[in-house]
Amino acid sequence: MGSAGAAPWVLLAPFLVLSVVFTAWPLARSATLSLEQTFGPGASRWVGLENYRHLLSDPLFWKAAGNTCLYVCTTLVVQLPLSLGCALLLNRPGLRGRAVYRLVFFSPALVGVVFVAMMFGVIFEKRTGLLNQALHAAVGWDLEFAWLQGWVMTSLVIATLWQYMGYNMIYFLAALQNVPKDLSEAAEIDGAGAARRFAAVVWPAIRPVGGFVVLLSVIGSFQLFELPWILLNAGAGPDGRGLTIVMYLYQQGFEAGDLGYASAIGWVLALVLVGCAALQRRLAREEVTA
Amino acid sequence: MSGAESTRRTGWLAALGAHALLAPAALVTLVPFVWLACAAFKRNEDFFTSAFLPGGEGVLGVAWERLTLENFERLFGTLGLGRAIVNSVFLSSATAALATLISALGGYALAAFDFRGRRAVTGLVLAAIIIPPPLLIAPGYQWLFRLGLLDTFAGLILPAIAPAFGVYLFRQACASSVPGALLEAARIDGAGEARIFFGVALPLLRPMVGAFILLTFLGTWNNFISPQVVLQTPDRLPLAVAIAQLKSTYYQDYGLLMAGTLVSVLPLVVLFMSLQREFISGLTTGAVKG
Repeated sequence: MGSAGAAPWVLLAPFLVLSVVFTAWPLARSATLSLEQTFGPGASRWVGLENYRHLLSDPLFWKAAGNTCLYVCTTLVVQLPLSLGCALLLNRPGLRGRAVYRLVFFSPALVGVVFVAMMFGVIFEKRTGLLNQALHAAVGWDLEFAWLQGWVMTSLVIATLWQYMGYNMIYFLAALQNVPKDLSEAAEIDGAGAARRFAAVVWPAIRPVGGFVVLLSVIGSFQLFELPWILLNAGAGPDGRGLTIVMYLYQQGFEAGDLGYASAIGWVLALVLVGCAALQRRLAREEVTA
Repeated sequence: MSGAESTRRTGWLAALGAHALLAPAALVTLVPFVWLACAAFKRNEDFFTSAFLPGGEGVLGVAWERLTLENFERLFGTLGLGRAIVNSVFLSSATAALATLISALGGYALAAFDFRGRRAVTGLVLAAIIIPPPLLIAPGYQWLFRLGLLDTFAGLILPAIAPAFGVYLFRQACASSVPGALLEAARIDGAGEARIFFGVALPLLRPMVGAFILLTFLGTWNNFISPQVVLQTPDRLPLAVAIAQLKSTYYQDYGLLMAGTLVSVLPLVVLFMSLQREFISGLTTGAVKG
């Protein structure tokens, strides 16, 4: 340990100065801004808690919140279990081609969400899209099936599954390194079935990292915006079926010009996310004491 | 049949089962990439008749003469996408280099020095990590407007180069791979603080430096919402925004859209595939050690 002096502060200075100017100040400002109504970035008037009151009775906000929550749930029940399943398969001792599989599954995570949306926008097209064409060839699927008109949420789940399944798998694979080898081998020799081995040996060992991955995925999923926005041509889609919380924030702040209302939406979202993080910490702590 | 023998036999069967599940999944993961590469060279009318390459009399049953470079000619000719590539390369490199330097300086200061206020700063860094980015969109935009930084590269780069997450990662990396005794020895030898950081600490942090540069470069390249909000002048837009705008004008020009997406995605996927070891290990460091 070096002794004190000015050195650490000099080293920290760029970070601290930029954080104060571009994080702390806007953060503080967002609290007061959420109590104002603005007309573009230049003009505003004080409205107190009116934004929050309005938010609670705004059907579009509830629509956005409902869609977003539904999407978060699909992440939890579809995407993460598949990621974990893939990681378990890949983690088999002596599996050939593990490195190749890992690389292949991970590769879509390198594609930015904008570009994923561009690709799937065409893949989901009616007659010209790959998905309908492939399903048509395989099971005689209707070529006119309208993914982006009638099945917005399903389309979002398919596209995100492609993008993030391997990304989460990498984390689960890292977590699986914590599974004590002798213990899982002993369980196998004792004739414990796969399900029992998973419940008794694997799951307890990966829970700490697993909980972290779940939290990161939930937080990320709550911030869904670009994918539906670009898939649905800069909008919320038919009947607002692709409207999400951050999309609504963007529309209110930058299309309607009310940065105050947008800030209020931002705070509600932040509250939900902090709640999720607190819940995860609590569950993790209970785990330790149990 | 002895126990070991039966275990070996079921092991062989189970490995086959694992491949039977993993191989199709890997194939499905790769198909959109292959499809994208084909789509970028196709004429629009061929999207109706072929999923991948148009069928015909040529080698491999493909009508090679129907493929076209016209999509790329239009992109780089009248549509000026070359400019967007230059913008993306500049923004991503500048952000990655500066964010890595500032994070490394800060993380090193927190790990290698004992000073009054260290606990407080560490606490602030951890608190800043959990601020959800959407919360800062509206107030950040208004703040950049006041500072006169809207529609400038500075307005995009400055808020992005002091990432709390980066400081945290480098603090962890420093604690585990830069021994305090080594720094002390250099100090006793009379080396200045700058020399100790660049000559002793930074070389030991090399793996994290590499991983964090890649992570930030990728994040900036794929970022959509910040440039979408901050920039207006068409000449300044990075690929993510330029490509998304292309969709609003040429939404039925599939070949053109996919050529633009291919150009945006391919360089990164190739680059990161070749550097994947470093990248993926950096990605999971925070989760596993943290």
